[in-house]
Amino acid sequence: MNKRFSAILQFMLFLAMGYAVQMAMDAGMINRYYSHVMTVMAIFVVGAVSLNLINGICGQFSLGHAGFMAVGAYTSAIITKNPDLILPAMFTGNVRFVLATLLGGMMAAFVGFLVGLPSLRLRGDYLAIVTLGFGEIIRILLLNWDFVGGASGYFGLVRHTNFFAAFLLSLITITIIRNFIDSSHGRACISIREDEIAAETMGVPTTRYKVIAFVIASFFAGTAGSMMAHLTQMVTPASFTFILSIELLLMVVLGGLGSITGSIGAAIFLTYAAEALRAFRAYRMILYSLLLIFIMLFRPKGLLGTQELSYGLLKESFKLRARWQRKKKDGITASAE
Amino acid sequence: MTISQQILQQLVNGISLGSVYALMALGYTMVYGIIKLINFAHGEVFMIGAFVGFFSITKLGMGFFPAMFTAMIFCAILGILMERLAYRPLRNAHRMAALMTAVGLSMLFQNLALAHSWIGASAKGFPQVFPLQRFQLMENVNISSDRILTLVIAIFLMIALQFIVHKTIMGKAMRAVSFDKDAARLMGINVDKTISFTFALGSSLAAAAGVLFALNYGIVVYQMGLLPGLKAFVAAVLGGIGIIPGAMVGGLLLGITESAVSAAGGSMFRDAVAFAALIIMLLVKPTGLFGKNVREKV
Repeated sequence: MNKRFSAILQFMLFLAMGYAVQMAMDAGMINRYYSHVMTVMAIFVVGAVSLNLINGICGQFSLGHAGFMAVGAYTSAIITKNPDLILPAMFTGNVRFVLATLLGGMMAAFVGFLVGLPSLRLRGDYLAIVTLGFGEIIRILLLNWDFVGGASGYFGLVRHTNFFAAFLLSLITITIIRNFIDSSHGRACISIREDEIAAETMGVPTTRYKVIAFVIASFFAGTAGSMMAHLTQMVTPASFTFILSIELLLMVVLGGLGSITGSIGAAIFLTYAAEALRAFRAYRMILYSLLLIFIMLFRPKGLLGTQELSYGLLKESFKLRARWQRKKKDGITASAE
Repeated sequence: MTISQQILQQLVNGISLGSVYALMALGYTMVYGIIKLINFAHGEVFMIGAFVGFFSITKLGMGFFPAMFTAMIFCAILGILMERLAYRPLRNAHRMAALMTAVGLSMLFQNLALAHSWIGASAKGFPQVFPLQRFQLMENVNISSDRILTLVIAIFLMIALQFIVHKTIMGKAMRAVSFDKDAARLMGINVDKTISFTFALGSSLAAAAGVLFALNYGIVVYQMGLLPGLKAFVAAVLGGIGIIPGAMVGGLLLGITESAVSAAGGSMFRDAVAFAALIIMLLVKPTGLFGKNVREKV
């Protein structure tokens, strides 16, 4: 079986799985609360995996992922709520929602380009502070923009997002980002992470690759924002704050900087934890920040590091272990002789 | 009110606001100069300083100056602890690890303040410690007594800092360590102690800035460190990060621009000014006004 065929098969298999879950939800086998939480999980997977492309794969530090989600959310909300604005009125219903999500992503990507270009040209930590500032500025601008409801938010969106839509988006995100990492562009990004000066010396156009990765990640953040907006049926400036950026960052760090499967796992786990710890809401962020600090102090690459969790890895580690034990035994007999 | 009077009025407002930014920017720039780290928690040190000052006045009944001094001492100790516990273990780790720890600390302080029963989510009024007086400099150009006080204290602290950095042994050590850490160590300078001292100095300046900010705006709230922290960082970049006089000039420049914009175009864009300034600076001259181009050696 060739590799591409098996990848497509895998994609289809997951798709069928997602569809089956959606059917079960529609049939009422999974209650509304759980289906909501699962949809949120899928959306956070998109957010975390795309942030991992910047922070984990490319070795840059973005703190404004929530800002890009806000851009996507507001753009798509404006499109779906005003039937003849931006997109012609012939697109209605779910078609309009899909197009709006794409446009939301593109808008976020464009803003990401504008924000990323000046800061990614430079080496160092400027991106962190620029994206942090960007997130705040977006929030303030939205607070003051009366067309989208100012501080009270933009209400009355139709609930277009269901589990299957969010799941499909997360599958597409994972597939594209994984393929990007495995391509020569992705390898260039990894080389930047490992040693930017060395990469530049070897002829890698570092700024270009950093900007490409940043724009792709912003695009997916924008689509995730759109999904979120059409799930909760409203967008407010308070839904995409710095705290959300930190949560996404924690997902990336917890899963491992550079590990896609790690991000997926951490996104699911932390979304679940947030629900389970609802009673301790006031202390949740204290816990999160302590977690972030301790992971950084004791395991700076994140829990999984750059490892991917896969069936192959499991097999490899058993093999390695067996070889190591064999060697140890041989070593003992050798020294005995 | 003529245009020139308005410009003068905004200049007066801007200078006193800018001096607060400058005090904070000094902390960013010194820490960056010495360990190449953006201390994201600096804005929260500013917030904690303001609260220590606030509680010293309201709960302990101190006067304004003792309260400010208490806040400065408290934050100096906090800065040392922060460096010792969170940043020192990561000094040789990947750059991102220290940065993320800084972000984590910032969130931690903010949420601890939020959860603390004395502080909480609501904004509190900072007491009017001195009777508010307005002085007329010229026709239609006024300055309040609080602003004068802010300016005087800020200038005094900056002169004190210049004295410490340029005339004392510890200041000499700071300059040496920021120039070349390894060479400094070979010359018998205690690098760890010097870095701790830098944190203490920067944090106490942030605390003073926090108390002055609270005095001017009349409120203290747990999120007050975020935007001023961001703006102070921009001020540090404007002047050239790592350069002490640069931070002072950058702070004043930013304060003046901000008051000018808020007078001209409404306060909505006031907070966006700093951000725009940062982007433009990064595009045009990333090393800052006073910065020199330093070649990176491998």
